Amino acid sequence: SVNPDLASERQTASFSVEKLTAWLDGGAEHTRLRRAVVEAIERDPVFSIENQYFQSQNERYEAAVRKAVHLQKKMQEMGWTDDGPELKYIYRALSGDLAFLLHRIFIRSISVLGSDKQIAKWIPLATQYQLIGSYAQTELGHVFDIATQEFVLNTPNISAMKWWPGDMGRSATHTVVFAQLYINGKCYGVHPFIVQIRSLQDHSLCPGITAGDIGPKMNFEHTDNGYLMLQNVRVPRENMLSKFCEVQPDGTYVRRGSQKINYFTMTTVRISLISDEVVIPLMKACTIAIRYSVVRRQSKLKPGEQEAKILDYQTQQEKLLPQLAAAYAFYFISDYLQELFNRGYREIQRKNFDMLPELHAFSSGFKAMVTQHSTSAVEICLRACGGHGYSLLSGLPSLYTKIVASCLYEGENTILLLQTARFLIKCFMAASTGQPVPPSVTYLAAVTPEKCPAKNKLDFLSPDIYTEAYQHMAARLISSTAAKLQDLIQSGVKKHDAWNQCTVQLAQAAKAHCHYITVKNFAETVEKLETQPGIQKIMKHLCDLFALHGIFSNAGVFLHDGYVSGAQMDMVTASYLDLLAVIRKDAVPLVDAFDFTDKTLNSALGSYDGQVYQRLYEWAQKSPTNKQMSPAYERYLKPLLHKTLSKL
Amino acid sequence: EPTTMMNADLRRERAAATFQPELLTHILDGGAERTRRRKEIEALVINDPDFQHEDLNFLSRSQRYEQAIRKSSLMVMKLREYGITDPDEIYWFKSFVHRGRPEPLDLHLGMFLPTLLTQATPEQQDRFFMPAWNLEIIGTYAQTEMGHGTHLRGLETTATYDPATQEFILNSPTVTSIKWWPGGLGKTSNHAIVLAQLYTQGQCKGLHAFIVPIRQLGTHEPLPGITVGDIGPKFGYDEMDNGYLKMDNFRIPRENMLMKYAQVEPDGTYVKPLSDKLTYGTMVFIRSLIVGDSARSLSRACTIAIRYSAVRHQSELKPGEPEPQILDYQTQQYKLFPLLATAYAFHFVGAYIKDTYHRISGDIHEGDLSELPELHALTAGLKAFTSWTANAGIEECRMACGGHGYSRCSGIPDIYVTFTPSCTYEGENTVMMLQTARFLVKSYTQVSSGQQVTGMVSYLNDLSRQRIQPQHVAARSVAVRINDPVSLVEAYKSRAARLVEAAAKNLQAELNHRKSKEDAWNRTSVDLVRASEAHCHYVIVKLFTAKLAEITNAAVRAVLTELCLLYALYGISKNTGDFLQAGILTDAQITQVNQRVKELLAIIRPNAVALVDSFDFHDVHLGSVLGRYDGNVYENMFEWAKKSPLNKTEVHESFHKHLKPMQSKL
Repeated sequence: SVNPDLASERQTASFSVEKLTAWLDGGAEHTRLRRAVVEAIERDPVFSIENQYFQSQNERYEAAVRKAVHLQKKMQEMGWTDDGPELKYIYRALSGDLAFLLHRIFIRSISVLGSDKQIAKWIPLATQYQLIGSYAQTELGHVFDIATQEFVLNTPNISAMKWWPGDMGRSATHTVVFAQLYINGKCYGVHPFIVQIRSLQDHSLCPGITAGDIGPKMNFEHTDNGYLMLQNVRVPRENMLSKFCEVQPDGTYVRRGSQKINYFTMTTVRISLISDEVVIPLMKACTIAIRYSVVRRQSKLKPGEQEAKILDYQTQQEKLLPQLAAAYAFYFISDYLQELFNRGYREIQRKNFDMLPELHAFSSGFKAMVTQHSTSAVEICLRACGGHGYSLLSGLPSLYTKIVASCLYEGENTILLLQTARFLIKCFMAASTGQPVPPSVTYLAAVTPEKCPAKNKLDFLSPDIYTEAYQHMAARLISSTAAKLQDLIQSGVKKHDAWNQCTVQLAQAAKAHCHYITVKNFAETVEKLETQPGIQKIMKHLCDLFALHGIFSNAGVFLHDGYVSGAQMDMVTASYLDLLAVIRKDAVPLVDAFDFTDKTLNSALGSYDGQVYQRLYEWAQKSPTNKQMSPAYERYLKPLLHKTLSKL
Repeated sequence: EPTTMMNADLRRERAAATFQPELLTHILDGGAERTRRRKEIEALVINDPDFQHEDLNFLSRSQRYEQAIRKSSLMVMKLREYGITDPDEIYWFKSFVHRGRPEPLDLHLGMFLPTLLTQATPEQQDRFFMPAWNLEIIGTYAQTEMGHGTHLRGLETTATYDPATQEFILNSPTVTSIKWWPGGLGKTSNHAIVLAQLYTQGQCKGLHAFIVPIRQLGTHEPLPGITVGDIGPKFGYDEMDNGYLKMDNFRIPRENMLMKYAQVEPDGTYVKPLSDKLTYGTMVFIRSLIVGDSARSLSRACTIAIRYSAVRHQSELKPGEPEPQILDYQTQQYKLFPLLATAYAFHFVGAYIKDTYHRISGDIHEGDLSELPELHALTAGLKAFTSWTANAGIEECRMACGGHGYSRCSGIPDIYVTFTPSCTYEGENTVMMLQTARFLVKSYTQVSSGQQVTGMVSYLNDLSRQRIQPQHVAARSVAVRINDPVSLVEAYKSRAARLVEAAAKNLQAELNHRKSKEDAWNRTSVDLVRASEAHCHYVIVKLFTAKLAEITNAAVRAVLTELCLLYALYGISKNTGDFLQAGILTDAQITQVNQRVKELLAIIRPNAVALVDSFDFHDVHLGSVLGRYDGNVYENMFEWAKKSPLNKTEVHESFHKHLKPMQSKL
């Protein structure tokens, strides 16, 4: 039975949860398919994650391999294919907790970078798991030996040892490595090669290869992130992936086509990780923390009454509801990026690479902004659950330790923000001299009013008002940073020094741009919802909250040039705090709409029925520490208590 | 010769420092003599083969618990053998043995024994204290329940007095009333001090403490009527057996209620305690420890991140030149140096609270409690402020180490998971901030009604004066000198005053609209928390600035002044909205502040490594491959990884179990 405190929240929903879910999924038929896939996975005991919190690194790794192997069987059985619509739902149901994820990237990189001949040779082997691949971007040196028609690979020193690639530590037999190519002493830049690292017979390491697991981490215990060192490893000439360039037998280097496509692979990965690795965990964390916050009661709001639900406290709302709004905002921005990407992809197929810089800049900046924001959001959810959030059984620590890695992989966030900033500065310079710029950045040259026109707190519930404030702020930060850079360079500072001296501001400007686009996209998404007034209304509230929370928490940059006045900032604060109370009423339906099953959430605090305490108690009993008598008792406690250890 | 083994980058960094790190270490320790003694105790532990063990990162939770128990029992023996009795020295010894981690006897030593001393009658001390001292009794302190934490009145466990047998009957009437979290309860303890609602003669007399035996002496099996166990895996605290306890009609003799203050007579008559303000003192003390712990944990993380950033090289700053140290990037400095300044600030704040507590607790024994409410209110807020900041700061340090920070070998994940619960325990931080706010609003109300207030809140006295001469508000902004810490203290003071006033006014406005006081308070609580934060921030800047005047060595004072300025200016640049909106600083001044912050980063850069060396963490205590004193990061990381459990065999058993069969089938 459902905890009455949770049940009552659902009775007062202002909208249909099922309709919102269907809209988020992109239509009711997608919801049906997703549920069918999730159910099929969850019904299969091999995929159970029930005991995950009690497992060691070795057990987690073994389970991940077992699941990955079983998944192949399952997919054949169910008729699911690697390029089918089910794949993302499978991944969602398994929470990515399986081995061979890098194997997929291995396959993708060969498909994109390999010649037709190479694709024909390697792809069938890989898809049938005759070999297992990994993928390693590295700074190795590769020298072409014309005499033997081989590349000779060496790791020059210990700091150049490859460290971190997934599936490398224990599983992989092959890997794609990126390395500097040298022919006759001349360096031709970074190129991809296929290198075999383990025997296909007995899985032992190949000669010249040192590889292993890099040891315990904060999370990803199911993944054997590995190290790799190569000593005079010889790779046949045919193993250089040669769609775009080739080394001929005599050592002649031939380039064909554009290498810009390399960026495109990174862009794809960054965009897909925003939805799979970042937005979904954030939604889960919100679901757990918000459900728990209506079950947990503490202190009294009115004398003589029952203790209040902690979600009724303004401070708790202020912690959680902005994170909920952010989860929706980022869900929509991830759609926006996907669309931008699809458009770019169509252009590239027509050999038009014009959109690449914009795509690259956007995927970098949003990856950085969304991962950083979401990571701190999950951490807020964790801490908002008090002591119980600290238990692994809440599910929150593992969500946190997993999402936090997304700030680091596929490009470190600060570096990515600076890449976006470089693009923005360039566009700003172009726009201010009247040259054409991509539509997403035309605002840099737009003329906006000097002052925010809002007259009262209700004006700040107008998307035009706040979107314009964000636009003004982003444009101001970008233009003032550009001016600073110019000043430094004109005063004789070298270009790279000037750049380094402005990097703090540049990163801030890039974030401001992404924040602005996110707000604008949220407002536009809400506008398109006119056929569904019930959903539109609550989404409008969330959009307002997301925007006003951003202004409230970054008040200084809005106040700085007087665009928003002190009195207007008080209006923002008032409107923002009013919204908390409004959204509070729909908080539980808004997380229900994410439609995570209890098994997927795997949280004693966040399950649909809200039987939090019962579940915590039952799950704790399953802990290995309660199943066996600890050897510590016989060895140390007993002698201690019986004083045979020594007279104290 | 260790210096020849030292990484060249770190050697260069150390040679370039403008001050002697030992002198700063002495300041942090509270004198050269205390540094000497600390190192002496450190050597006792670190050179003792009994305290050596495998890297904890490779052990399972059960193995870690076992190691901790082993070391704890040795620790108790050796402390007595060495005759170490001073609380600070015991603390040092313990943190070297356990390397800054919790251990299963923490609650026994830190709560069970002290509670016996302060709340047990002489008869009870005779019965329990010596056995507990000799560890025949190991106890814990069971207060928190599954459904109830910070709000103590909500606890549900009952102790009902039965005059017929002169016993208390203890019950956990609901699932939510099960005791949950107490350290050492799961596996280690055979007794617990249990907090329960006392019922006698049909009436509830509120929370009282009872000594409850929970496990059979001899077999260590739970007693009939007792259900006890471990609460399962957590984010951290692997070596701690946090436990649960459920009691079903479990009877204990009347004499097991701690009766130094309140009493239940044999016939069930309840005798009220005399007012007991000492518990206030205990809370102040424990929270002051958390402030110190915030400083230490953040210092450890900064040490690791800054040393690693001096060793790590990446990309290029100037075309064609070798990869620079990542510490040379402005963005990296901007991540780390404000945190370094914060760590120093919190050290001085922690020392201040500890000293003030000792001074006042001297007074308490002479009956002067007048300063206690303010100190109590202040430590609540500072506990929250420092633990929140350190919590986020540790993570920033870890992220600043890139991918390697994510590996357990960096040591930072452990610092983080060990530290983060302090945002929750000993008073949830938001609740703590609101306690401070209550005191601030009360002081504001006093000022509004014409009274003067004293101590750290005395700036509120100025508010009434400003109201008479509003032109001062505008004049004030020009007066702030951004290179003068004393002037910045004034700026922070103005910000605190403004936010306290705004919160108090909003609260009044809500009260005018609504009936319930609680409702009005709740609807103002976001403002109230902001006011508390601003107050705490002001106190920290003030204490850091005050500390500068005490430093006699010119070189050390210079570098601490730079850190103090960075701390204050960075705080402004992160909260520009408050300073702009209140008219304390102008747009132009904010631009100057932002610029000055970046200049200070470059000024502090040459001393960064020396500044973390001054924290003087031994490598064993630091537990980090990235933060090693000698900077030999990569070769040691490789050695560390080879010991990973996944590397025990060259071919993992999963290959034979899963991979091989699949390959043959497909």
